[in-house]
Amino acid sequence: MIDSINRMAAMTARYYYLLRSSWLRLAELIFWPAMQMLVWGFLYTYLYDSKSSMASTGGILLGAVLLWDVLFRGQLGFSFTFLEEIWSRNVANLMMSPLHPAELAASLMAMSLLRLLIGTLPVTLLAFVLFGFNIYGLGFPLLGFFINLVLTGWAIGLVVSGMIIRQGLGAESLAYSVMILVLPLCCVYYPVWVLPLWLQPAAWSLTPTYVFEGMRAILMNGVFRADLMVECFALNLAYLTLAFTTFMLLLRSARHKGVLLTMGE
Amino acid sequence: MNSIATFFSGTDQARASASTLPAPAQSPATIEAATPAIAVETLCKKYGTHWAVDEVNFIVPKGWTVGLLGGNGAGKTTTIAMIMGLVVPTAGRAMVLGHDMATERHKVLKRMNFESPYVALPARLTVRENLTVFGRLYGVPNVKQKIEELIEEFELGDIIDRYTGRLSAGQKTRVAVAKALINDPDVLVLDEPTASLDPDRADWVRSRLQAYQRRKGATIVMSSHNMLEVEQLCDFVVIMSRGRVVALGTCRELTEQFQCKNLDEVFIKLARGA
Repeated sequence: MIDSINRMAAMTARYYYLLRSSWLRLAELIFWPAMQMLVWGFLYTYLYDSKSSMASTGGILLGAVLLWDVLFRGQLGFSFTFLEEIWSRNVANLMMSPLHPAELAASLMAMSLLRLLIGTLPVTLLAFVLFGFNIYGLGFPLLGFFINLVLTGWAIGLVVSGMIIRQGLGAESLAYSVMILVLPLCCVYYPVWVLPLWLQPAAWSLTPTYVFEGMRAILMNGVFRADLMVECFALNLAYLTLAFTTFMLLLRSARHKGVLLTMGE
Repeated sequence: MNSIATFFSGTDQARASASTLPAPAQSPATIEAATPAIAVETLCKKYGTHWAVDEVNFIVPKGWTVGLLGGNGAGKTTTIAMIMGLVVPTAGRAMVLGHDMATERHKVLKRMNFESPYVALPARLTVRENLTVFGRLYGVPNVKQKIEELIEEFELGDIIDRYTGRLSAGQKTRVAVAKALINDPDVLVLDEPTASLDPDRADWVRSRLQAYQRRKGATIVMSSHNMLEVEQLCDFVVIMSRGRVVALGTCRELTEQFQCKNLDEVFIKLARGA
């Protein structure tokens, strides 16, 4: 157990060394969420100042932007950290070391969390200072939303990393694009009832839908939907287990295919 | 020099060697001592319709250095990858220190290490950071002290705090070999260890590997295209062609068998289908 923790700590240190080696990498973590917040924040200001009937939804919009970023950056942080190993042709070194795949996954999760906090915490302050929107006003449920979105990001990151191991850098674009695939269905900016009836079951099969519906329930009606939170958490545990199994199967397949030694070339 | 009689090739011989292994009733320590460092048994790997490795057998006793030779596409790298457990065989098995590398590799990885010019250390980490990470991954008890020893042995003092990606090819190889020795491995797998080095540096690296092997009594398996290197380092040579073992023996035995002046000539003769 102690050996295992030491190996995870070693990998986390490896990613920390990488992050601190370039201030540009650090700046980039904040840059994209900050730009997104500015665009949506100014739209919110416009709606508010023009006395538009949409003005009351401005806070929901900014809350959705911030929480979507938690999901998006959580997945990206996981997948990109893994991609660093491919780009640096280090995969065989790691696979030949005593590091277990589960330990690698755990260290990628730790790094994803760190990157996420670096990227989103300053942006939440930005939203408050520039636009007067306080995401922390969501109270204790915010922590639940955050945990659920991070778990979803990790589950998707595990599958994407497995695909990259199996297919090589040809699958690299999945890291950028896979989240866009779920964006329309997980109802970030609109409620589930907007979707056609036949699409709604698909939306409810995605964990972020529960989070964004829960967020709207608090901001619009002041009601905390504990049922949504519990269902989301249970679904996330199932997805995370499924994703790790998929990751292991794809890794095994890569060993059969013989691609680990030449990965990154 | 170890006797050729302990070295087997071919299915029947592999079976014969298996019969010399200790009975299960013996204590783990006795079994460990008698187990060969590496046993490659009827090893096969098929990619699509192509057999990259086709019924390869050999045993490497503990403390030996064995060279795996062959032209491009001979199956050396695939064989090495199966010995390391990075590739799962289609048939047969590769055993390291008594463990099947397809299914039990995590029991033995702590006692192994490898170096290959086709694999790199993270470029954006300094040499010290890379060695620290791998030292901790391998569970080295006092990583800082071990790194200091490696700095001295591999003359890394000038480059230890430089980014690995900014080093010359020769410096990178020195760092990669230092990384390969960070856990004092019992089994060291080297894929063309001096491929990108000038003759002087290549000789320097060889002398370090030789010194390590003698000090530790480690088992080394290496592939190389440098026959001089193989003659200098290896107790035994396995020559492969089209996925099969076509010759094996000590350098002297091979030159005598093929009536050549040196291993270079043996290699060329075999490559041209003699």
